[in-house]
Amino acid sequence: MKIKPLQIIAHIILILGVLLMVVPIWISFASSSHDSVTILTEGMKFHIGDQLARNYNEVLNEKGGWSEEVTAAKMFINSFIMALGIATLKVVISAMSAYALVYYRFKLAVPIFWLIFITLLVPLEVRIFPSYKIVSDLGLTNSYTGLILPLVASATATFFFRQFYKTIPDELLESAKLDGANAWSFFIDFLVPLSKTMIAAMFIFMFVYGYSQYLWPLIMTTAEEYWTVVMGMKIIYTESYEGVALPRTAERFAYIILSMIPPVLVVVFLQKWFIKGLIQTEK
Amino acid sequence: MSFLDLKNVTKIYPNGTKAVHETSLSIDEGEFMVFVGPSGCGKSTLLRMVAGLEDITEGDINLDGKLMNEVDPSERDVAMVFQNYALYPHMNVYNNLAYGLKNRGIDKETIEQKVNDAAKLLQISDYLQRKPSMLSGGQRQRVAMGRAIVRNPKIFLFDEPLSNLDAKLRIQMRLEIKKLQQKVGVTSIFVTHDQVEAMTLADRLAVINNGIIEQLGTPIEIYDNPKSLFVAGFIGSPQMNFLDGNLKNKTLSAEGFEIKDVNTEHEGEVTLGIRPEHLVQSENGLINLKVDLVEQLGSDNLVYGQLTNIKDFCYRCPGNQTIEKGSNLSLNIENKKYYIFDKSTGKRVN
Repeated sequence: MKIKPLQIIAHIILILGVLLMVVPIWISFASSSHDSVTILTEGMKFHIGDQLARNYNEVLNEKGGWSEEVTAAKMFINSFIMALGIATLKVVISAMSAYALVYYRFKLAVPIFWLIFITLLVPLEVRIFPSYKIVSDLGLTNSYTGLILPLVASATATFFFRQFYKTIPDELLESAKLDGANAWSFFIDFLVPLSKTMIAAMFIFMFVYGYSQYLWPLIMTTAEEYWTVVMGMKIIYTESYEGVALPRTAERFAYIILSMIPPVLVVVFLQKWFIKGLIQTEK
Repeated sequence: MSFLDLKNVTKIYPNGTKAVHETSLSIDEGEFMVFVGPSGCGKSTLLRMVAGLEDITEGDINLDGKLMNEVDPSERDVAMVFQNYALYPHMNVYNNLAYGLKNRGIDKETIEQKVNDAAKLLQISDYLQRKPSMLSGGQRQRVAMGRAIVRNPKIFLFDEPLSNLDAKLRIQMRLEIKKLQQKVGVTSIFVTHDQVEAMTLADRLAVINNGIIEQLGTPIEIYDNPKSLFVAGFIGSPQMNFLDGNLKNKTLSAEGFEIKDVNTEHEGEVTLGIRPEHLVQSENGLINLKVDLVEQLGSDNLVYGQLTNIKDFCYRCPGNQTIEKGSNLSLNIENKKYYIFDKSTGKRVN
């Protein structure tokens, strides 16, 4: 096969891109397998050291925080619950609200759609004080509900579902009606299976979004048992700076590598659907 | 009261467009009724009102003695075949057929039997596990029909179901639909803009124009006896020739010829209609045609030519006659088979 110069250039660019993404991750991983002293004295490492098991074991099981009770494992569970809750509820609510907007042609459908769309302009960070006030008035601070609920409404997903539903021919609905489908069964028997690739794509987006939340859990939680991974990255091991002990750099790297695993797994398992959902619709 | 009764049915869309005007129509049980008309004439709207997919602005629809106006489409016991079939893309053929039955709470064994029977009737048994995207146009058409048949509805509604097929398949499916309807014996309404489809399928035909039924009757009645200029022009292929003329004292004078002893008292400006197949060649004929073009169809020749002021006048003759381009033909009208319409109202006057 003949390789064209353009292909070579394209490949060089792609390879550079891959390196740019992968090298920092590799350095983090390699560094997480040495002990902190080595890293502090010799800098970050490119090769695997002999402290891998010890560091990861320590990170997962060591009790930390002010209470000396929270472990990284617990934080992983918290993050997972939060991300899963946000992603699931976002997909369900967005799909259903898009269904209402497209198929129930009530007068306010268009204004309501724009109202939902405008919320893109006010992300959580902008409305964080009112949101906090509401959640704390409801007594939901330090709870999974409080972590998940304010992040559930999603204009982006509603928009994507709406655009997809609009491409479904009216005859399908009419035909289903004649076949005795009601509003609920049309949604479950038709829209959900037809948009399953779309649902997978949205789920991935929203899972990663939920997982990487930082500010909201930081404000929301005072009890350490609700800490999430991303918060932990900042908070955990800070005590090292206060005393005489050495900064625990190697453990931090191990923690960072671990924190990347859940979203990567979600993407790996759902990527087939994800790509389908973004480039084609099954019709 | 007949099986399906439409009484003064009117449809006005929210934007004020009047799609159907006070239409009344009765259809007997087992009858195959065809609505034919140009696109936008309201024929599909009328069908969709029977199905319950459009609200009825005014008037009543009765099916099997029950008033249907406010009845939900799913409760009407009607089945519809759509132009693009509207098969369920994510379900295999079996489930496409079974879906309506499942919604009615019919038990599994009965469903299986009904689906298999319908599949056998339509010769789609081999494809039951396939998805619609893996089927050809004709097979999809059959599945769409199967979905209608399997429910054993009171009435079949067809909304231009053949227009997505290629010409050959269209003729084949047309035949199959007719055979199937005769076999199953279900009352059917078939909407089409294709007058050949309409003529071949219909027990009775409703020619619709601008939301009004212009004429209702058997295909042959309508072909032999069109009551208006529109019907005359719409039914018959190739189209009827139209010439301007004037009626006075039972004598019609048209472009360069006269017809005496016309069977009407009407006087004034008229339009004369002559079907291409009702012309014969004869010496000293009424009409003198200068041939421009001959379309040879094999069995027939379509001869197009000029009269004094008229272009594309058509004459149909058997295919074994050779007609030269540029020649002059002398034509007569067979057995007084001509139609005279009032020029302003379009109504037939002879």
